[in-house]
Amino acid sequence: MTETKNTSKKEEMLVVALAPHISSGESIPRVMWQVVAALVPAAAFSAWLFGPRVLLVMGVAVVSAVLAEACIQLLLKKRVTALDGSAAITGLLLAMNLPATAPLWMTTIGSFFAIIIAKQLFGGLGFNIFNPALAARAFLMASWPIEMTARWPRFSETNALSPVVKNIAGFPPAVYDALTQATPLGIIKEGPKILADNNIGLSGLWDMIFSRDMLGALFTGNVGGCLGETSVLLLLAGGVFLLARKIITWHVPLFFIGTFTAAVAAYYYFSGFPAPHLMVAYNLLSGGLFLGAFFMATDMVTSPVSAKGMMLFGAGCGLITFVIRIWGGYPEGVSYSILIMNAFVPLIDRYIKPKVFGTTKKIKGGAV
Amino acid sequence: MFSRFEGGIHPPEHKKVTEESAFINLPIPHSCCIPLQQHIGAPAMAAVKAGDIVTEGQLIGTAQGFISANVHSSIPGKVVDIAPVLTASGMQQSVIIEAEGSFSASAMPQEVSDWTLLSEDEIRERIRNAGIVGLGGAAFPTAVKLSPPKEKPIDTLIVNGAECEPYLTIDGMLMKSFPDAIIEGTRIALKALSVQKAIIGVEDNKKGAIAALKKSLEQAGAGNISITKLKTRYPQGAEKQMIYALLRRQVPSGGLPMDAGVIVQNAGTVYAIREAVVHGMPLFSRYITVSGGAIRRPGNYKVRIGTRIRDIVEECGGFSQEPARIVMGGPMCGLGVYSMDIPVVKGTSGLLFLTQKEVSGGDYSPCIRCGKCVSVCPAGLLPFALGNAAEKNRMDLARELNPNDCIMCGSCSYVCPARRPLSHFIKITKQRISAKR
Repeated sequence: MTETKNTSKKEEMLVVALAPHISSGESIPRVMWQVVAALVPAAAFSAWLFGPRVLLVMGVAVVSAVLAEACIQLLLKKRVTALDGSAAITGLLLAMNLPATAPLWMTTIGSFFAIIIAKQLFGGLGFNIFNPALAARAFLMASWPIEMTARWPRFSETNALSPVVKNIAGFPPAVYDALTQATPLGIIKEGPKILADNNIGLSGLWDMIFSRDMLGALFTGNVGGCLGETSVLLLLAGGVFLLARKIITWHVPLFFIGTFTAAVAAYYYFSGFPAPHLMVAYNLLSGGLFLGAFFMATDMVTSPVSAKGMMLFGAGCGLITFVIRIWGGYPEGVSYSILIMNAFVPLIDRYIKPKVFGTTKKIKGGAV
Repeated sequence: MFSRFEGGIHPPEHKKVTEESAFINLPIPHSCCIPLQQHIGAPAMAAVKAGDIVTEGQLIGTAQGFISANVHSSIPGKVVDIAPVLTASGMQQSVIIEAEGSFSASAMPQEVSDWTLLSEDEIRERIRNAGIVGLGGAAFPTAVKLSPPKEKPIDTLIVNGAECEPYLTIDGMLMKSFPDAIIEGTRIALKALSVQKAIIGVEDNKKGAIAALKKSLEQAGAGNISITKLKTRYPQGAEKQMIYALLRRQVPSGGLPMDAGVIVQNAGTVYAIREAVVHGMPLFSRYITVSGGAIRRPGNYKVRIGTRIRDIVEECGGFSQEPARIVMGGPMCGLGVYSMDIPVVKGTSGLLFLTQKEVSGGDYSPCIRCGKCVSVCPAGLLPFALGNAAEKNRMDLARELNPNDCIMCGSCSYVCPARRPLSHFIKITKQRISAKR
């Protein structure tokens, strides 16, 4: 009876645990690295658009984020999980929120701030209140505003916008230079002032903004802006990938983008702006809206856990983005809107909970 | 359109291995160990003593009180001892019988020709005498379930053929192989309850069972029994989820199915009811699925209650590789056991010999608040928050999170990317809270 002998030996190796005895096989590294993968197309496009220096900025951001995580975890005598992908995402997202001209020392400081201050000092993955990459971006904006905003790269010669901008209304070189140094949202905010200073009528500006070339360029991403935010198309592709892999749900992105669109549409419609639908399209496609809605507002740690909570959170982000873009001092409001809503997450989770089964007041079919 | 409930998961089914395996009778074991408590309620009192000669199907434990169940000998032989023995639910007083003698007294002691002539009370009496309990796993005495109090009017009987647990295929095989018996058992239960309507709910991954039942119903004339196809999803077989999927009724929090006007019986139980009422057959054997990557001959087997795991493994060809975990029941709700001497009891629906690859495990990390547990929880709870509270032993916080509405389906633990043992945490919470009361 060798079988019996074998089984009694095996018995010693049996593990007793409470049910369930199987799991989906999902793990934190798997989730995190898939998010990184979803960001790769937009990041690669950015390198093509703004040149190879972008890869350097991204590389520095990612490596310093991972290093910072390993160092602080060693220092705090925690289990080192620097390679679980979460630090890499933070680094990559931070880079994608920087201009291509961002100095490397600033990028490094940003990554260290994100990981050490915004993440690990709050307790590490799962405990941070604010999205680390966005907290770091806000920190850099406050510390080095010139480096963060005033040095947008000019549109390259191959850029779709160069001929557009050149051909419209025969802008003099100074105006042309000024306009090409702004981001699409910057053009809306500062364009009228630049033109007024040069005694040029506004119609040329609107013609340029609303040209088919301009909207097309915005969609594919052939415009100025932060590294990762320009290509709506590729960000959307990454977002769809995350949705298909069930890493994010539709609630936050839909309510973020939907609320923002509705608010912008209502504003331009009621303020009697000519062609409000074009303005909505322009606003929707420019800036960091898609990067924010699909990759940053959906951050698991800093967004609500229930479906209803996510919808409210997304709607809040959309509304605050709208307010900042229309009335605020900055041309862009996505990152601040997410940070502000991050602060409300504990409150949302406290008051918005799923309905406990069997507590619905009116029981359908009421046999009781 | 399929009926379904809210939340839930769809783990890999692993049913292909055994879903076409016809039932095989396992040989009589040399020795059986039959616990006196295999059911919810009071343990039965031993009706035999060491040295007694018993026949197959003889009463060896008498039900004590209303919520209790009789226990019968599963083999003919000699009682060698009555002693506490390790079972899947801890040490239990058990009757140990060694096989000897003939099988003359076996088979069908008192066959009746027509159960329709029996009164409701007589039907219940037969079910009680036969020691029938819920065979889906909970093992609640069936006669008690069929005697709802007058103030809870019942309008529907649900026959639970969901078998939503991965690996298990006995209910599907029963419905496919003996559809007439399932239908007749349903009619008997309907009569015992004096209820007019029965629904048999079957998940759509059991097409053979659905076809067989439909054909049987057509031949017999459907009458007041219908079959509903459910979209395969775990935990559909949980009573409250099943009722919601079929009738859109919510059993009130803290209540029982009868509070929603429903009684739910597992398909295997309905089969056993028929065996008891029509053939006078006590519950001393049952069908189980033996499966998992480590067993050489997986299949659906008829085994005697009290057969030890070791004997079943031997009959199933032994192990093809080392099992990392042995589970009694399904992989989502079943009990992990650490001894091969543990006996199969009435509530054992399966024996799984899982390999290291198949089982979950390893270290868990802090919650990353992904919300997956919230979206899958069929009870509408916040499993992550319950887990966090239990981890910090903050029962004050846990109490606010309705831990007692948890049905212990394990869906939260299953999906957690941080591999947190959430349902384990919730179980601890429930125990701590009830201990304080």
